[in-house]
Amino acid sequence: MNRRELLKMIAAATGTAMIGGTALSGTALLSGCASRPQTALVFSDQDILLLDEVAETILPRTETPGAKDAKVGEFMRVFVTDCYTPEEQVIFHKGLVSLEENCQKNYNRSFMALQPNEREAFIGQLDKYAIAQSSTGNTHYFTMVKQLTLFGFFTSEIGATQVLRHVSIPGYFDGELPYKPGDRAWATRW
Amino acid sequence: MSSTQHFDAIVVGSGISGGWAAKELTEKGLKVLLLERGRNIEHIKDYVNAHKEPWNYPHRGRPTDEMKRNHPVLQRDFVLNEETNGMWANEQESPYVEKKRFDWYRGYHVGGRSLLWGRQSYRLSQRDFEANLREGVAVDWPIRYEDIAPWYDYVETYAGIAGTVEGLDHLPDGKFLPPVELNIVEKDVAARIKKAYGGKRLMIHSRTANITQPKPEQGRTNCQYRNKCWLGCPFGAYFSTQSSTLPAAMKTGNLTLRPFSIVSQVLYDKDKKRARGVEVIDAETNQTYEFTANVIFLNASSFNSTWILMNSATDIWPGGLGSSSGELGHNVMDHHFRVGASGMVEGFEDKYYYGRRPAGFYVPRFRNLGDEKRNYVRGFGYQGAASRDDWNRDVAEMGIGANLKNALAEPGAWSIGMTAFGEMLPHHDNRIYLDRSVKDKWGLPVLAMDVEIRENEKAMRKDMMQDAIDMFEAAGVKNVKGADWGYSPGMGIHDMGTARMGRDPKNSVPNGFNQVLDAPNVFVTDGACMTSASCVNPSLTYMALTARAVDHAVKELKKGNLS
Repeated sequence: MNRRELLKMIAAATGTAMIGGTALSGTALLSGCASRPQTALVFSDQDILLLDEVAETILPRTETPGAKDAKVGEFMRVFVTDCYTPEEQVIFHKGLVSLEENCQKNYNRSFMALQPNEREAFIGQLDKYAIAQSSTGNTHYFTMVKQLTLFGFFTSEIGATQVLRHVSIPGYFDGELPYKPGDRAWATRW
Repeated sequence: MSSTQHFDAIVVGSGISGGWAAKELTEKGLKVLLLERGRNIEHIKDYVNAHKEPWNYPHRGRPTDEMKRNHPVLQRDFVLNEETNGMWANEQESPYVEKKRFDWYRGYHVGGRSLLWGRQSYRLSQRDFEANLREGVAVDWPIRYEDIAPWYDYVETYAGIAGTVEGLDHLPDGKFLPPVELNIVEKDVAARIKKAYGGKRLMIHSRTANITQPKPEQGRTNCQYRNKCWLGCPFGAYFSTQSSTLPAAMKTGNLTLRPFSIVSQVLYDKDKKRARGVEVIDAETNQTYEFTANVIFLNASSFNSTWILMNSATDIWPGGLGSSSGELGHNVMDHHFRVGASGMVEGFEDKYYYGRRPAGFYVPRFRNLGDEKRNYVRGFGYQGAASRDDWNRDVAEMGIGANLKNALAEPGAWSIGMTAFGEMLPHHDNRIYLDRSVKDKWGLPVLAMDVEIRENEKAMRKDMMQDAIDMFEAAGVKNVKGADWGYSPGMGIHDMGTARMGRDPKNSVPNGFNQVLDAPNVFVTDGACMTSASCVNPSLTYMALTARAVDHAVKELKKGNLS
């Protein structure tokens, strides 16, 4: 269905509205012609590598491809730069700095130098903290990173066709397709 | 500099009703000029995104910050997205004034919003046509169901409407193709609702202008269940000007299509009391042209048809052609919506679905039928669907890592949701008017919108939410949550009224055959002519009214009554 009400239902059902790229994320952030940032916020190549590794920790390669395979870091660069408001971009970019600072504080190493189990523990903690922050109405940068990881991965060709299922031209409708656990979900809900 | 050219008929606007006017007029042998203010979009060839998948869009379909700044109105709702970017009117070139917030979503191109419509297609009932008279609201419709019924048959058969025969007086059956099927959960909930309410409330198949059987005579293939209708269908599976009426009109050899043609006024002959043609500004060159014709159909979309009237014959009537009624620009209507409920359905974990449907279920109006008298008049219907959650679900408890990925790779629970579409009463003070202090790119005055929902709609919205909650709970749906997501006039994209049909020139703009009473060779057959709104989606009614009006116009022409 592309009828608008159903999009609203999704937003209502999933709790946190998608940040950026949607009019649902609060009119305050979107009102009028937002002033442009004083200096353009740009991602360095290192930022993209870092985002790729953080995303890979959220959605790792298993027997199926992971976030890095789907170039989620590069997707985040495009999406944050083009779709986030200046204010949202600031939160995101500051977040990357804070992620590294936290990592240094806890492990005396950069995130890139952490072992897989350390990365999982660190990002796992960050995830719990961000969820707690979101429930108090604050936008935490990691909520943005996680949303964009999921969105970027499952809407990528690799995510949609190798982790989920997608048929370009279904040709017919079957409203009671048999399903057993382990069968993959469709890439789009309807 | 100007040049003049004569046609038998001119049709202004190429959307749903304009396409029908062009088809019917040309098929009856008239030489027709079809004017469209925007660019051409050729069927299939110009559907540039029709075969794209989410990953083919840099932002995966979401609007960019720049798009939002360029579209301050569109960005208020889902209609601004990467897939249909460029398919909506340019807000900088064509501004309007919001005395009160009004979300106006316009399709300025060949095909108009017929390319972008929701395709839900229902008939008005006898109850709808009698409601104003019975309740003393506004004025009486000049027609009754039996006047339009054969024309509903006619347009449904040609356009192709999928649906089911239900035998309901207040939602008349039509000529249907096999329905777009409900899924197993929708069928189960429908059966439970029927039982719980003894058949007084029903969840039925939606009636949608997507063909479920091919129409080879129109070169159209049946729906392929891609759910990409708004990108233009390369299979021609949904009704649009491009897929259906325009090819028919072209085939006659009688049609001249002129894009980039902004009609600035109807040219009025005050001696004959007839329109003699239209003035056109070429949107690309700014050059002005005159085209003359024996009959003119205004199908520019509700408010733009009225805008043309307001800007016409102002030397005789300062308020424009049709303003002698005192009602031109008044009685704006839309469908108020964005209120309903959703919940989870247990069981059916061993069921899923295949294919992406262009439509879901429909709940016909059940309020204020028979003897029931709520604290408001009229009623509402619901539209919705059931589906299994996808990766975009709340999975906070799963945290991160392989478990999260594996969980999201499988479908989640079944959920079901529906939103009501409520009837909005015609109210004289809900109006649009010309604001001559603001000009568009071509120096033309723009419309100002002064519209709000009133007590009747507000009272109805309470039922619109609570009844949805009650029905889902009665059907065993779990964790039911009602919601009112808020509504501003225009959001329904069902703009209606401002040149209503009626029986008396003193209070109506066109008569029962859509003829403007001060210029009977001018016909208004788009949403502008609606005398009341019903609660059902209106486009099918514009199609039927247009075909009926053309039939009348050609008969009158032959009798010499229009010259």
